[in-house]
Amino acid sequence: MMVLLVILTFTLSLLTPLIAKLNRNQIGVILAALPLAIFIFFAGLYSPISTGEVFRELYNWIPTLGIDFTFYLDGLSFIFTLIISFVGVIVFLYANSYLKNDSSIVRFYVSLLIFMGSMLGLVLSDNFYVAFIFWELTSISSYLLIGHYHEKEASRFSALQALLVTASGGLALLAGFIILESISGVNSFSALPALSDQIISHPLYTTALILILAGAFTKSAQFPFHFWLPNAMEAPTPVSAYLHSATMVKAGVYMLARLNPSLGNTEIWQYALLFFGSATMILGAIYTFRQTDLKRILAYSTVSVLGTLVMLLGIGTDLAIKAFVIYLIAHSLYKGALFLVAGIIDHETGTRDATKLGGLFALMPITAISAFLAGLSNIGIVPLIGFIGKETVYSAAIEFNKFGYLFILLAIVTNIFIIVATIRTGFQPFLGKKRKTPQHAHEPPFYMLLGPCLLSFAGLPMGIFASRIIGNLINYSELGIISTKISIPVKLWHGLNEIFWLSVITVLLGLALYVIKKRFTSFLEKNNLPDQFSSSFWYGKSIGFLLYIARWQTLILQNGRLRYYILFIILATLGFIFPLFFSHSVFDRLLISFEFHFSEILICIMIIVATIFTIIAPSRLMAVAGLGVVGIGVTLIFLLLGAPDLALAQFAIETLTVILFVLVLYKLPKFIPQTNLSVRVKDFIIAIAAGFMMTLIVLLTASENMVSDLKRYFSETSLTEGFGRNIVNVILVDFRAIDTLGEITVLGIAAISIYALLKLQIKKDDDK
Amino acid sequence: MKSIIFSTASRYLFPLMIIFSFFLLLRGHNEPGGGFVGGLVASTAYVLFALANSVQEAKKLLKINPLPLIGIGLMTALFSGLAALIKENSFMTSYWLDGKFPLVGKLGTPIIFDIGVYLLVVGVTLLIIFTLAEEVN
Repeated sequence: MMVLLVILTFTLSLLTPLIAKLNRNQIGVILAALPLAIFIFFAGLYSPISTGEVFRELYNWIPTLGIDFTFYLDGLSFIFTLIISFVGVIVFLYANSYLKNDSSIVRFYVSLLIFMGSMLGLVLSDNFYVAFIFWELTSISSYLLIGHYHEKEASRFSALQALLVTASGGLALLAGFIILESISGVNSFSALPALSDQIISHPLYTTALILILAGAFTKSAQFPFHFWLPNAMEAPTPVSAYLHSATMVKAGVYMLARLNPSLGNTEIWQYALLFFGSATMILGAIYTFRQTDLKRILAYSTVSVLGTLVMLLGIGTDLAIKAFVIYLIAHSLYKGALFLVAGIIDHETGTRDATKLGGLFALMPITAISAFLAGLSNIGIVPLIGFIGKETVYSAAIEFNKFGYLFILLAIVTNIFIIVATIRTGFQPFLGKKRKTPQHAHEPPFYMLLGPCLLSFAGLPMGIFASRIIGNLINYSELGIISTKISIPVKLWHGLNEIFWLSVITVLLGLALYVIKKRFTSFLEKNNLPDQFSSSFWYGKSIGFLLYIARWQTLILQNGRLRYYILFIILATLGFIFPLFFSHSVFDRLLISFEFHFSEILICIMIIVATIFTIIAPSRLMAVAGLGVVGIGVTLIFLLLGAPDLALAQFAIETLTVILFVLVLYKLPKFIPQTNLSVRVKDFIIAIAAGFMMTLIVLLTASENMVSDLKRYFSETSLTEGFGRNIVNVILVDFRAIDTLGEITVLGIAAISIYALLKLQIKKDDDK
Repeated sequence: MKSIIFSTASRYLFPLMIIFSFFLLLRGHNEPGGGFVGGLVASTAYVLFALANSVQEAKKLLKINPLPLIGIGLMTALFSGLAALIKENSFMTSYWLDGKFPLVGKLGTPIIFDIGVYLLVVGVTLLIIFTLAEEVN
């Protein structure tokens, strides 16, 4: 059933253009039925999951490589599936109104469905490689969605940046998985924890770990790879809320949580996660300060939260894992709501510049109330779920006994900045004096309003009943993030203890910082670090370097003169092959027999004469004719040696080649020899060397006494299993049909490329 | 340059060559031939016709654009292999109908695959040659 739901999502994305034909205006509403069904399905599994059951489904895919669609649902993936489907419903509905007049809304929903299917597949896959495929698919669909407004330069730039950063991280992840499989012998996540000791003590453990961390950190926008996430805000707001806040950016965090029981428990794991997580947490929070775009403020605060989650995994105690789960859920709710509110403000007022907004409460009270509720949850006010999230993070940081009070201090400073960011995004636009906006603002359409309301109001019951709803999951489910069971109960109210007072102090300091914000901003601006310290600066540099190298080598290797292209190909082949001749002392192994049939000698003489004629021919047409004779000669040799199939094909190809040549010759100017003697001598030497090499290879092939069962196998089974007496053809269309399929695909692509090149050329001529 | 003899001859040669290409395609499983050669011969027939008359007339004779023909051929080859998936076998496992059929002998998915190759080769060759020939004109 889980596999079916994922397949259904992909199928629906293929069918979207057809559905759009039925009812284009309500397409988002129609499609939202699928995430809703998925949500109901998974929510229905709550009671078995929260009593420690796990679900497993297996479909064979590539059994010879041990790669199968093993879907595995435990506590961790359960939480993710619910977030993905719940926020999915909301975003599908929201986008229906948000992109109402967008001409490419169909493409949008196709990409969005592909994303949802891949994200579900990623968190459900038990197999490394299946998970990897889904992982990269999320990167690709994110690329398509960020670049939705592709006519904008900034959109294209950001989309490409996000793709390059996350997809190259994905490749590192794949390498990590391969190493992990080679040292553990298994390729499924659920089998790993039992082998933890063996993996950790292996010499390749560190390599695998670094590669996997590279994948997870790029995906989850950890410092120093955080820069792509704020830029990804070029995407339509529903995408930012869904991919770049609630789900996709958490894929890296998910992977770390998934691998925690198997790869954790080492100092390098702990220190890496603590360092990068806390650095991301505090830097993200500070960066929110200088932003004025609502969405970019939220993006940096998301970066900060992702850092917090990674840091919690690094702390790794029972309390920290508990905080991880609560914070993960809380953040998806309130940050999703804030993003959607920012989208509403942008949609209804025409601006999302925080400095130009104010007093919208009177115009859009419902939006304002849901923004306030989400904001309060973000700040951490009782009894919303954000309060429990923040409190458990604090208690996990305090209880952690390494590095003294460092992490609680970092967490408090982070939260002070986050509070300011929340006030600016959730409260400031609605309060204070009314400001003039580009459009006259009013409440958005129903479907846009529904989302933020659902998400922000969900924070209330989730907070009040957290001890049951989330507590059961944390305490009794097979959580998958930690190998032991967590017995600490989840409680909304712990009394007036030290952590509560820390929360109070944080909120007060946050308010204070908001009041003196102007002065602090100018302080930050004065003490701004030079460009060399930002990672996006280095991203730009390395892309520039890559393009520079590409341009340089293209100018040398592909300078527009065909004769040089061929020259380089031949020289490179010679350079690679000739050393092999000597290192393998092939000359001793050559067996040359001098038994020729008279007719063979005749044909050879014909070929040689025709070749010489081709070289010295005074016109192109005559050279082509000479080449034709060479081709016919080769065809005759094939016939003599008993390869009628080859001869047939060769003959047909020769005919068509001559026709092609003749057609092209029309276009060329009169043939004038353009080369001088020294060039010709050089070409001559290279040509002789290449000919010598090919001859040697052919002779070698004939000299080796190759023992192979293939010949016998094919001649025996061709008729009995392939039902054909023509072995060549049976091999082509049956035994090795996949090879043929690949070859004809290449052929088709080549033809289309030639077509494109020619058409492009013709168009250019027309323009002149 | 239009030669009446060439033009008239091409009208008689064309159907013969097409029939010959079918013949090559279908006998390929047992005797020399097959989809690739068959496709090349069929393309030669069209090219001959185009040379003797005009590209436009040859295109009219083909009825379908060579570009989609490439896709149709590729899809035919691909789908001949998909049949195996329904029976939960490996992709491209061949299936044969029992009994013998006139002209073809045995019928099975590899024949369909070969027809796909045939169509693709015709599409590829004619796409390139027609485009080049049009450019020359």
